[in-house]
Amino acid sequence: MNNTTTSTTTSLSSLSSRFRRSAKKNNNNKNNKKEATGIFHQREETRQQQRRRRRRSATTNAAASGTKTEGEQLHLSALEQSELIDDTEDFPIDANTKFEPTIGIETHVQLQTKTKAFCGCQYSYGANANTQICPICMGHPGTYPKLSEEVVEKGVQIGVALNCKIREVSKFDRKQYFYPDLPKGYQISQFDEPLCEHGNIKVVIPVEEGGGEATIGITRAHLEEDAGKLNHVGGSGNVSTATHSLADYNRAGVALLEIVTEPDFKNGKEVSAYGQELRRIVRYLKASDGNLNEGSMRCDVNVSVKPVGRKRFGTKVEVKNMNSFNAMARAIDYEIERQEKLYKEGRGDEIVQETRTWDDQNQRTVTMRKKEGLADYRYFPEPDLNPLVCSQAYVANVRKEMPELPNEIRDRYKALGLPNGDVQVLVEDENLVRFYDEILSANSSRSSEEKEVNISKQAANWLTNDLLAFVKNEKLATPYDLKLNPEEIAEFCFLIENGEISGKIGKDILPELLLDGGSPRKLVEEKGLMQISDPKEIEKIVQKVLDMNPNQLEQYRSGKTKLKGFFVGACLRESGGRANPTLTDEILMRKLEE
Amino acid sequence: MTFSPPLSPPLRARGGVGVNCKKNNNNNAKKKKKKKKNFCRRFATASSNASSSSSSSSSSSSSEIDGTTKSVIKKIAQKLQSGELTSLRVTEMYLKRMKDSSLNCYASVNEEDALERAAEMDRERMNPERGEKKRSLLHGIPIAVKDNICTKNTYTTAGSKILREYRPDFDADVVKHLNKEGVVVLGKTNMDEFGMGSTTESSAYAPTSNPWDESRVPGGSSGGSAAAVAAQLCAASLGSDTGGSIRQPAAFCGTVGLKPSYGRVSRHGLLAYASSFDCIGPITSSVEDAAILMDVLCGNTGDDNNSNLDAKYFDSSNNNSSSSGSSSFTDAIVSKENLVDVAAPLKGKTFAVIKETFTGLDEKVSASVMESIELVESLGAKVHEVSCPTFLFGLPAYYILALSEASSNLARYDGIRFGAQDYLNMDLVDSIKSSRFEGFGAEVKRRILMGTYTLSEGYSDAYYKRAQEVRRLIYAEMTQHLQTYDGFLTPATSSLAYMKNENQEPLAMFTGDLMTVNVNLSGLPALVIRSKDSADENNTLLPSGIQIIGKKYGEAELLGVGHIIEMFSAERKLYKDAFPEASLF
Repeated sequence: MNNTTTSTTTSLSSLSSRFRRSAKKNNNNKNNKKEATGIFHQREETRQQQRRRRRRSATTNAAASGTKTEGEQLHLSALEQSELIDDTEDFPIDANTKFEPTIGIETHVQLQTKTKAFCGCQYSYGANANTQICPICMGHPGTYPKLSEEVVEKGVQIGVALNCKIREVSKFDRKQYFYPDLPKGYQISQFDEPLCEHGNIKVVIPVEEGGGEATIGITRAHLEEDAGKLNHVGGSGNVSTATHSLADYNRAGVALLEIVTEPDFKNGKEVSAYGQELRRIVRYLKASDGNLNEGSMRCDVNVSVKPVGRKRFGTKVEVKNMNSFNAMARAIDYEIERQEKLYKEGRGDEIVQETRTWDDQNQRTVTMRKKEGLADYRYFPEPDLNPLVCSQAYVANVRKEMPELPNEIRDRYKALGLPNGDVQVLVEDENLVRFYDEILSANSSRSSEEKEVNISKQAANWLTNDLLAFVKNEKLATPYDLKLNPEEIAEFCFLIENGEISGKIGKDILPELLLDGGSPRKLVEEKGLMQISDPKEIEKIVQKVLDMNPNQLEQYRSGKTKLKGFFVGACLRESGGRANPTLTDEILMRKLEE
Repeated sequence: MTFSPPLSPPLRARGGVGVNCKKNNNNNAKKKKKKKKNFCRRFATASSNASSSSSSSSSSSSSEIDGTTKSVIKKIAQKLQSGELTSLRVTEMYLKRMKDSSLNCYASVNEEDALERAAEMDRERMNPERGEKKRSLLHGIPIAVKDNICTKNTYTTAGSKILREYRPDFDADVVKHLNKEGVVVLGKTNMDEFGMGSTTESSAYAPTSNPWDESRVPGGSSGGSAAAVAAQLCAASLGSDTGGSIRQPAAFCGTVGLKPSYGRVSRHGLLAYASSFDCIGPITSSVEDAAILMDVLCGNTGDDNNSNLDAKYFDSSNNNSSSSGSSSFTDAIVSKENLVDVAAPLKGKTFAVIKETFTGLDEKVSASVMESIELVESLGAKVHEVSCPTFLFGLPAYYILALSEASSNLARYDGIRFGAQDYLNMDLVDSIKSSRFEGFGAEVKRRILMGTYTLSEGYSDAYYKRAQEVRRLIYAEMTQHLQTYDGFLTPATSSLAYMKNENQEPLAMFTGDLMTVNVNLSGLPALVIRSKDSADENNTLLPSGIQIIGKKYGEAELLGVGHIIEMFSAERKLYKDAFPEASLF
């Protein structure tokens, strides 16, 4: 395949603007003034399309226009009128105007499959350029796509996890445009009959944003293929200053699921929470590795703002290239603020339909490219692929094979009575969930032999705090790399929960256990650290303490009851921390009051 | 007799038919009548690959070849088998003829490779260890392949300048199949650029001439393939058919051409023109050769899943379950002595003639087709006239859909990843523009523009989507008739071969595809065989063809019927420079 390992020396400078300019020009003033975000933007497009079609029909195709009913015509003129009304005056904007943002996200999730979507190539991030290609994904003449079944399976899994309706029949379409990273001159995608539609996802809102859950609507999720990657060389390494660009087609043809949300977000934090939950889901499903840095999960966010109460949406701006969820939240909040500020300063016309990129260094968004009119992608049904049929039985089967999802696990843990914080920490990492569940099951098999003790909370607490801290400090990959296995941790928690050792002693011996491993019970016994719960023993200790501190006892009995703490401490010290605190307290009080 | 529409059904009631019929019957009666039952059984099961009769010379055995066969492949195979000829010798003879020929049938020929391959096949044949192995009839046979079918490491240009440097990394499935059988690929045949044309004049290299009259075109787009077969510059060839590109040149050159059902033969390795129409098929000098090739072309390599695409365009509920893969087409070829009813071998068959195909038909073509229709009747078949009101909508619907798909399929030719990379050292947009502007010919550019237009926002409803509706109607109408009839008989073309440079008006050129596009729209198979030749104003005899349109996946039946018609047709004129070694062939 010598002739496929290509580096194009074509200069891409001024590519974006020049290239986009070749798209159909239309009257942009109106578009610029009123662009909505996300799905609303799409609806807007559709309406414009219809309008344009009808206008053309009227002038160029009498037959076609003849088929339009009067009702449609009326509807049309109403639509056009509403679009022509400029309601700026109804919403005078000043420094005190309250704004609300409209935010929608399109996420491209790279599906983790053995092969690319339509050929047998494997793909792994970071491989040498143009080493993971074949005639099919290079779009060589005479090649045709073959849909990978695994791609469909993963797509359906994610769709089901997002509570989507899976279309029994969906189809593939060609989205056509010229760009050197697109080998065939079109991208195989799904246009009007996507695989998944009408879903929703529950997102946990961070406490600082008020906590609780939000439900984000999923408009659609469809399968498509990824494009190659252009590496811009020379200049400052971006498309507008580069002297030339190198094309790497390894990524071309990799399966993507594009997930489009409803504009249900209030701020950047919610978007970030959505992104994180989506990533958890795809990772739990093993449908994608969800790595933002390697581009296996890419979020494009559409942001616009408008005065509260106004119906018309503000001009939509697309924000890209955020390589962490933190950056995403900051980028969106920055963009909302930027737009509001411009409106308030009467510079609203400086907000234009464009793609902005997040500049992490300077913590701001900057213009990447301006959109000049809408591109006509000339979608039409992909003639080389059959419609995709996913029977209900197939979907049911995929659903049956799916692992437990984050939300389900969250509900299960909450039912165990775990505090919200522990639940969030556990669910964050699939390995942690598995490890925790293994601790619980080790305990329940022990419980059947011995006494039934519920260590759920104890285990969650130890795991999410001390153990996880150790994992992080030691840079272990997973809790499975600890020297303590789930059974031993279950034993540790049991000892505490069962009152055989105090939490304090637990904390004392944990470092040794973590370093050397082994049975916690054995260690506790060896060191003679078992809690003293025999009242007679404790009484002896208490008596000894009282005897040793006659002055303090005197003071206490003459009314200085604050000294109780002193005696409790002294008793625990005397017992080497082994005295049962409750019993000690009880006996001490009795003795003190004698 | 001249035929003037409308036809009054049934055709056989018309006068004059009886004469021919009688004559044929008399001739037939003299032949031996053998194995009547056998014929019936085999004919009935022709498409299901039932236990094939040992009496037939099946593709795997070349030992029994009857003397009357028109099959060039079988004749050569017999000589190879007997040792009278070697593959090398046959290949050399074809190569020599090519050099002497002024027709320009080939776009590229790799002599060395062909000779080496032929020698290798000879060694294989001589090798006593392998001698026991049953060898394919195609073993060592030189075949030509249309230049839009990928052959590994050898030029595959599709007649386009933009691909003049393109050598694919892989063999098309059909080429793989042929190679497995031991075929010697002689070269790549000339064609209209990307299959867009019906004269082979839009080839970026040079036009091909019609072997019967070099001032005429061979048709197109598989003009090189058809002319090469007619002029005996190969034993058989592969063509591709998107709107008639196998059948029209087959008719103009007087060869046999089969467009298989859409999806029957793997497209993998065929440079796409219009994905939902494109078919690869054989162009041969006899029906039997077409059957021999079809047996091989349909083989399944397993790395192609396009062949089930037909379900997308065509409701496949009416199809035989024996549709794909394993059927043997040569089993449908029955020699005269094995016919059950030599007097009426087509008895029980009913064919429909489409009234609308005779509107504006050239008189000579009409007469030629009528003769064939009468022959069909004389052989015992019933022929009725039917009306297909959708027939005339086929042409515009076809051109909208095919060009829409073409505009998309040809987008990959941007001069960046393969082919001629002449303009990489400039701004991206200029680079793509220059590559395409300089790389594509006028006809291709015209079609890309039209296809881009019909898919554009605001227009695709009026054009693309409507044309799809028309396609469904045409399919419905044709399949409805095929529930009553075994097939349609139509002229293959509306006229005799065009003069070179005759049709400069693009739309006029489009209308030349009237007879063939409906078959592609409906995904049906169609066989073109040579009908009576006609003399033009200069008294040059020119061939024309009759098209038999069959049921979906009914290629075996089509070939069976075609073979009978061919056997009972009058002898046709041989090519003027027919092999001097004619005794061998």
